[in-house]
Amino acid sequence: MRSFAASIVGQLLIFFAQFITAARADWRGIEPVRRQRVYYANHSSNADLPLIWTVLPAALRRDTRAVAAADYWLKNKLRAFIGRDVFHGVLIDRRAEHRTDDPIAKIVEALDEGSSIIIFPEGGRNRSGDPLMPFKAGLYNIATQRPEIDLVPCWIDNIAHIMPTGEVIPVPLACTVTFGAPVHVRDEESKDTFLTRASDALLDLIPARGDA
Amino acid sequence: MEMTQTNSDLLFLFAASSGLLVIATLIGEVLRARLPKTHANLTVETYLTRVHSWWGMVFLFSIALLLGPIGIIALFAFCSLAALREFLTLTTKTSADHWSLIASFYLILPLQYVLIWWGEVGLFSTLIPVYAFLLLPILSVLRGGEGADKNFLARISETQWGLMICVFCASYIPALVTLDIPGYGDRAPLLIAYLVFVIQMGDLMEYFAGRRIGKRKVAPTISPKTREGIVCGAALSAGLGLLLTWMTPFSPLASIAMAVMAYMVGVGGSLVLAAIKSDRGIKNWGHLIPGQGGFVDQLDSVVFAAPVFFHVTRYYYGG
Repeated sequence: MRSFAASIVGQLLIFFAQFITAARADWRGIEPVRRQRVYYANHSSNADLPLIWTVLPAALRRDTRAVAAADYWLKNKLRAFIGRDVFHGVLIDRRAEHRTDDPIAKIVEALDEGSSIIIFPEGGRNRSGDPLMPFKAGLYNIATQRPEIDLVPCWIDNIAHIMPTGEVIPVPLACTVTFGAPVHVRDEESKDTFLTRASDALLDLIPARGDA
Repeated sequence: MEMTQTNSDLLFLFAASSGLLVIATLIGEVLRARLPKTHANLTVETYLTRVHSWWGMVFLFSIALLLGPIGIIALFAFCSLAALREFLTLTTKTSADHWSLIASFYLILPLQYVLIWWGEVGLFSTLIPVYAFLLLPILSVLRGGEGADKNFLARISETQWGLMICVFCASYIPALVTLDIPGYGDRAPLLIAYLVFVIQMGDLMEYFAGRRIGKRKVAPTISPKTREGIVCGAALSAGLGLLLTWMTPFSPLASIAMAVMAYMVGVGGSLVLAAIKSDRGIKNWGHLIPGQGGFVDQLDSVVFAAPVFFHVTRYYYGG
């Protein structure tokens, strides 16, 4: 019953996202095939997760779990339902003092169960005005613990214009999620070098247009 | 549905377009069958995808025309929404424009089509060039926020341009049904079919002729269109204008002139939109119509021609 409700809500979310943004995927650096992956993306609004999730083909979506903030998604029952049952969230508490378990261990556990994951390595919504904030160490830790898994950069375009922070009504502009070529951590690569390289791979996917 | 003269004429047109598409589909299928299975030919596949999209458009368009004014207005309101989305996705904007973008999509676009439904020429021909033109920049100033003055003129101009092309100009296609032409009765839906058909056929002719005999490009940095191709396109639309005089309130000579005028303005329009695309580094405006790109790609020439066609017709033939 619960999973049935979750699939209905999931379909509704897809329909809504498609209607508002005509969202589509641009598989530029990699094919949409069923393979275990870590999708890492830029994060500027609450619509980011539903958007990536919408553009993934259904077969890939079923195996994909989102790494999301427990302090946001467990705030009320509805959010908890969407976060847990619809997005199959791997819920991480961003407040270190509230943690009972190691977040990276939880993510690696999800990977070892065979799931792909979606992660926002900036560690929160970007309000800085720059296209990306510096990445947190999480992505590096995942990459070193499971080096064989593809890390796929996903650039979510235009969402900041569709719904600027603080606004309620979305503008129905088109949104594209661009999937780039996978990144792996190199032998003896330092954390900072790797994170810069991963971040640059994501920035390379930004489409050219007249942004003010 | 009552079988009026207009409706039977529309059904005849639908049958004729379907006939053309049957031929186009057969040519494609024969070409595909002739090629060895291992060599899927990209040109043939693209051509067939386009023909399939044409089938969809002919069906949708015919149903809308047969439903009468409400069907045509609803169809073009939807096309405007899709086109405006494609256009404004690529324009310059910041969060200070949020209110004016919201107003463009949810207020001005629907209102424009309601005014057309009411047949209020005085209002639908001024809503965007006068009221939106003056009021939207005010909204952008008032919404403000960080960087509210950055590229201000570029931002408000590009939003206005999007509204002009995708809503104002596009809405003049269904607006043709509001024309009150003495002695022409309720045959205005035929005028829409006439305009679209003459321009699209001219475009197709220009494309094929340009590929075969085209030499001198009219805008080399922007578009592959050639003078030779355009002359052939204009000749075909002139011929079609003469042949289709029965659909219009025009005399045969006037029909030729109107067809060529509409076609030439349309060519100009697709050159202008090609310049914008090339500046923004894109090939197509969108991806919703398989094989053709976006709605703006499909409508570019008709959209440019429609307001001119409307006002010239109204000036000379209006009651």
